[in-house]
Amino acid sequence: MKRKLETQITLNTLIDSFSNEIKTLSKVNAYECYQCGKCTAGCSVGDFLEETPNQMMRLIQLNLRDEALNSKTPFLCATCNTCTARCPMDIDIAKVMETIRILSEKEKKKNVKEVSKFSKIFLDSIKNHGRLFELGLTARFNIENKTPFKDSELAPSLIFKGKLSLLPQKIKNRKRIKKIFDNSINEKKGVE
Amino acid sequence: MSRIGVFVCYCGENIGRTVNCSEVTQRAAKLRDVVYSVDYKYMCSDPGQQIIKDAIKKYNLNGIVVASCSPLMHEKTFRHAVVEAGLNPFLCELANIREHCSWVHDDKRNATDKALDLIRMMVEKVKKNLPLDTIKIPVTRRALVIGGGVAGIQAALDIADGGKEVVMVEKSPSIGGHMAQLSETFPTLDCSQCILTPKMVDVNSHKNIKLYTYSEIENVKGYIGNFEITIRKKTRYVDDSICNGCGICIEKCPQKKINSEFNTNLGTRKAIYVPFPQAVPNIPVIDKENCTYFKNGKCKVCEKFCDRNAIKFEQTDEFIKENVGAIVVATGFDLYSIEKERSDNYQGYGEYGYGKDPDIINSLQFERLLSASGPTLGEVTRPSDGKIPETVVFIQCVGSRDKSKGIEFCSKICCMYTAKHTMLYKHKVHNGKAFVFYMDIRAAGKNYDEFVRRAIEEDEAIYLRGRVSRIYREKDKLIVKGADTLIGKQVEIAADLVVLATAMLPQKDTVPFAQKLGIGYDKYHFLSEAHPKLKPIETNTAGIFLAGACQAPKDIPEAVAQASAAASKVLGLCSNDQLEREPYVAYVNESSCIGCEFCLQSCTYSAIENKSIVNSKGELVKKVAYVNKGVCQGCGTCVSICRSKSIDLAGYTDEQIYSEINSMFV
Repeated sequence: MKRKLETQITLNTLIDSFSNEIKTLSKVNAYECYQCGKCTAGCSVGDFLEETPNQMMRLIQLNLRDEALNSKTPFLCATCNTCTARCPMDIDIAKVMETIRILSEKEKKKNVKEVSKFSKIFLDSIKNHGRLFELGLTARFNIENKTPFKDSELAPSLIFKGKLSLLPQKIKNRKRIKKIFDNSINEKKGVE
Repeated sequence: MSRIGVFVCYCGENIGRTVNCSEVTQRAAKLRDVVYSVDYKYMCSDPGQQIIKDAIKKYNLNGIVVASCSPLMHEKTFRHAVVEAGLNPFLCELANIREHCSWVHDDKRNATDKALDLIRMMVEKVKKNLPLDTIKIPVTRRALVIGGGVAGIQAALDIADGGKEVVMVEKSPSIGGHMAQLSETFPTLDCSQCILTPKMVDVNSHKNIKLYTYSEIENVKGYIGNFEITIRKKTRYVDDSICNGCGICIEKCPQKKINSEFNTNLGTRKAIYVPFPQAVPNIPVIDKENCTYFKNGKCKVCEKFCDRNAIKFEQTDEFIKENVGAIVVATGFDLYSIEKERSDNYQGYGEYGYGKDPDIINSLQFERLLSASGPTLGEVTRPSDGKIPETVVFIQCVGSRDKSKGIEFCSKICCMYTAKHTMLYKHKVHNGKAFVFYMDIRAAGKNYDEFVRRAIEEDEAIYLRGRVSRIYREKDKLIVKGADTLIGKQVEIAADLVVLATAMLPQKDTVPFAQKLGIGYDKYHFLSEAHPKLKPIETNTAGIFLAGACQAPKDIPEAVAQASAAASKVLGLCSNDQLEREPYVAYVNESSCIGCEFCLQSCTYSAIENKSIVNSKGELVKKVAYVNKGVCQGCGTCVSICRSKSIDLAGYTDEQIYSEINSMFV
């Protein structure tokens, strides 16, 4: 079912400056969008979206900041850039999605929690093992989310087919991976 | 001794808001040689004009400066008033203190000073003004219509019915244009050919119309009232004075599998052909590129069977000269192609397969599939395998309103003809399903929206609001991936046939053609009208008028209306023996001209010629430049290039310009 629009559209929201904020951050003028829906038509994750890409653009046009920042769409976006490539108005929609992701991460919106949790566990797994340890990732994610048995029925067949190993497969030179992580963290600090 | 009157207009608030008009009037009165100055709320009104007329008589004025709007607006009005008061109209000048001053400035102090500057310049100019006479040029009372589509046909018939001779030139072998290709027309569903062919026959049989088909405009010389046209009559290899159109040559021609342009490459024709059965004139053409004789040097089957000996393989292009007074341009449109082939400006649609799939067709091709005279005799079948399509997807705004593909405008007619397509399809394939992807339905017109509603309500066309992102083939079906933005879901349709409502563009070779005629065009190469609202028929070149879709996308009633409007303009022009025009032309001082011919080369309008001066014994004294007053546009290029200062522009002499400039540094 569709999520209900929580914010009321009022004169105040309409003259708010969320669209300007997006414009400054991503250099995209949301009002160039004429809602043709070609982005939605080609979206590779379109089946899973509550708000479609063109609806995300509409939220910006109507300055519905909370709605946009709480939407899961930007976090489901695979950044495949099909929307940007096909947009008849040459709008960089993928960049808008990225901008919204950054904004909601900064403001710690509720939708981000599980996504950022997943990203963190994913990166930890790579930092420790040099590659992804799927079972560990699933287990940790489920425990932290307090849903320990979620999707556990899939495990036997995956293990049987060799898609899920019980022990992490580590790479040889894990120090270098760590170094990459350290460097990127330092770089980020430097920027800030 | 100059006696100048200055008349300052408030133009309601337009000037009065930013310029202190009473101050300007008082200060203008103190300028040298100004004997009278007055302000008034609306100088262009009847009482305002009366003030000018009275002042001329009372103060015996011999120069008038009206400080008001642009000369484009009211120069005529004031000059007319001046004439009524017995003065030469060219002794009246306008100082533009509205467009050049009050409208573009905020600061009242500076704007007022600037207004006075503008007036002072004009006062200095008008002191040097000479009484001039309008130039009279003769008019050839005939017209040329370029293009034999519905707009050209209508314009030609209207002019011919008005009693003036018309020369009509059509590029293809038959007149009729795109309208002859259509099946039925919205919103009444009349058969297109049934309403067009009577007009085509009229054109051919009208005593005032001279028809050149399979011909092109080679060259245009001259100016309003006096155009000299060179027409290239391309060789048909069939003598049109002998041929009676029996068609035996076509029947016997062995070359069968040539794509028919008229059937938008869906059907075939022969190497000698008539584009369609009702073609006017009904005279075949040999397609030189595909004819066996021209390729291999033998065949001539058509010549053997023709019992009137009308086939002439030795025929060559013919050049014909025609003199006309006015030109109607009705060159029409072409469809945007989703293929890559077009110029850099247009990219084509990679996501729709660049038109490589035979079952993705454009709307004109679908018209031919629907048409009873089409390649399938009116049966709707797929071009790939001839099956009857059970699911057809129509996509609107292909090319149109798509900035990334190079076109930003709306093609205007696609909403209507797509609705028509869904209806006609449903009438022919009863179990068929028609889906339309649209962005907005723009059905503004008499009975237009009702028509679209009928397609949705009665003929069960399903309208989905959204663009299509991709079309690809999966075995027998074309998968169309679109979206319905009204519910916010993706839509995937397995279609048998996809019809694209592609954008309307002008004919491909419009640019060189427009340059030949000396008329303007926009970035899409549509021909430009002189004024978007008040001169939609005229071009910037006097005597050349526009009709139909060469100016902008148009439907049939609009094209016909514009054609009739152009015809009325032509008839108005041709109703006089002579034309009057402003005397702002270059004139030569023959005694000082050294005959260097620099001006000849510089003139963009070819208005300057050589003139020989002979003495009483008939001996050549010298050669000088001579300006053809009918052609000269008064641009002044020759004036600035003349080395002996022997050429000057009436009404804008060097002396006048210099005194204007000098007045700024008093």
